[in-house]
Amino acid sequence: VSTQAISDVVFIFISASEAGTSQHNIYIKTAQICGCERKGDMAESNVKVLGTWASPFVMRVKIALHLKSVRYEDVEEDLLAPKSELLLKSNPVYKKIPVFFHAHNPICESLIILQYIDEVWTTSASSILPSDPYERSQSRFWAAYVDDKFFPALRRLLIGATEEDKKAALAEVVEGTVVLEGAFGELSKGKAFFGGDNIGFVDIALGSLLGWIEVIGKQCETKLVSEAKTPRLVQWADCFSAHEAVKDVLPDVDKLADFGLKLRAKILKALAPTN
Amino acid sequence: MEDEVVLLDFWPSSFAMRVKIALGEKGIKYKCKQEDLFNKSTLLLEMNPIHKKIPVLIHNGKPISESLIILQYIDQVWNHKSPLLPSDPYQRSQALFWADYIDKKIYGVGRRVWMGKEDQEEAKEELMQCLKTLERELGDKLYFGGQNIGVVDVALVPFTTWFYSYETYGNFSIETGCPKLVAWAKRCKENYRSVSEALPHPLQIYEYVMELKKRLGL
Repeated sequence: VSTQAISDVVFIFISASEAGTSQHNIYIKTAQICGCERKGDMAESNVKVLGTWASPFVMRVKIALHLKSVRYEDVEEDLLAPKSELLLKSNPVYKKIPVFFHAHNPICESLIILQYIDEVWTTSASSILPSDPYERSQSRFWAAYVDDKFFPALRRLLIGATEEDKKAALAEVVEGTVVLEGAFGELSKGKAFFGGDNIGFVDIALGSLLGWIEVIGKQCETKLVSEAKTPRLVQWADCFSAHEAVKDVLPDVDKLADFGLKLRAKILKALAPTN
Repeated sequence: MEDEVVLLDFWPSSFAMRVKIALGEKGIKYKCKQEDLFNKSTLLLEMNPIHKKIPVLIHNGKPISESLIILQYIDQVWNHKSPLLPSDPYQRSQALFWADYIDKKIYGVGRRVWMGKEDQEEAKEELMQCLKTLERELGDKLYFGGQNIGVVDVALVPFTTWFYSYETYGNFSIETGCPKLVAWAKRCKENYRSVSEALPHPLQIYEYVMELKKRLGL
């Protein structure tokens, strides 16, 4: 598929989880019009997502678009195949999904995309970030925590090569969930979500990882988000997953587990020392 | 009620310098408390229990951590002058992208350069690549923010006080590879008092690095 052919706005979500590791092959199969037939959808031309169903970072963007009732074109990238020219062209700095296109303008980095979406589509009732400056800063802080601390630990747990690595990573992940349980208490103020009554920035940042959290947990034979240590998060996870804007975006856990094995093998192969 | 603004600071920190520039640009009066990172104060541990790092901005008793988050907070609260971020959402997303890029790339790589271990050569190359990328992004503009400094300028300029240390410990010249970037840094310091006041002299940073290396046994 030529780059020219896919020249109009394509949101390409490139998994930021591929960050830091070596070659990630992504191949654009076909542009498919996302079948997001929802009530009250605003028809949006030139709104596209380039990404993959398995990437939590891509999921974040889709959840945000669903919350805002924005229709988009969904272009699926195969993380197990070669990187497309379009991806390389639209995100030359990181070469990762998601890449979000709006009226031919590409935007990269999922949390930055979320803020953009929140600022552009303001007619919807759901605001993703709070308007109060202090609350806004707290939401940003916790989303950054998810990306800078929690996710890397989760990733180390997924690709941990030795028992020692896995043990250390598991301890970090569990500690992270306890910290996030505390954050939930602070931010939710007794309501169902980090964002209060509605799903917000932190809900999306953390909630997008739920599929992987379950897959990795099964792999380690542990519930990473446990009733014992994090009862509020357990409840929150159920509410989040069942939400209208979320339920069609979070992937089937078995499908994800299968993909996880393939991805793990690919990453370990790339990281293995060459002879 | 008058605003009470306190900054938990560590004078060599590029991240803390960012906040000082922003506070300076907005004309905000604040108290600056120096932290000893080898002996962190109770206040710091209380105000930033998660990361235990500076800078922390304490506004009327409420703490905000993470320098880019602090910059966005300052820009939103004190929006009467010197906007740090563009008002257009797309321009804003691009500014945040580059500020985030600087966060991801410069500090860690720079550290590997002055630490001077086996990966120093690799780190030097990486650093130059990053700075060249940023120089390309600057292009022919006066500042990353256009006619005036913006969040990207504020995010990057503090690291330029560390250039002398990187160059001396790494035995290379940043100006040779990135003359436009070095010129941009000069321009920031000459035209913005908030910048010249927030940035220590490069030799002071160099002395600090020397002491730090001794302390770390390097």
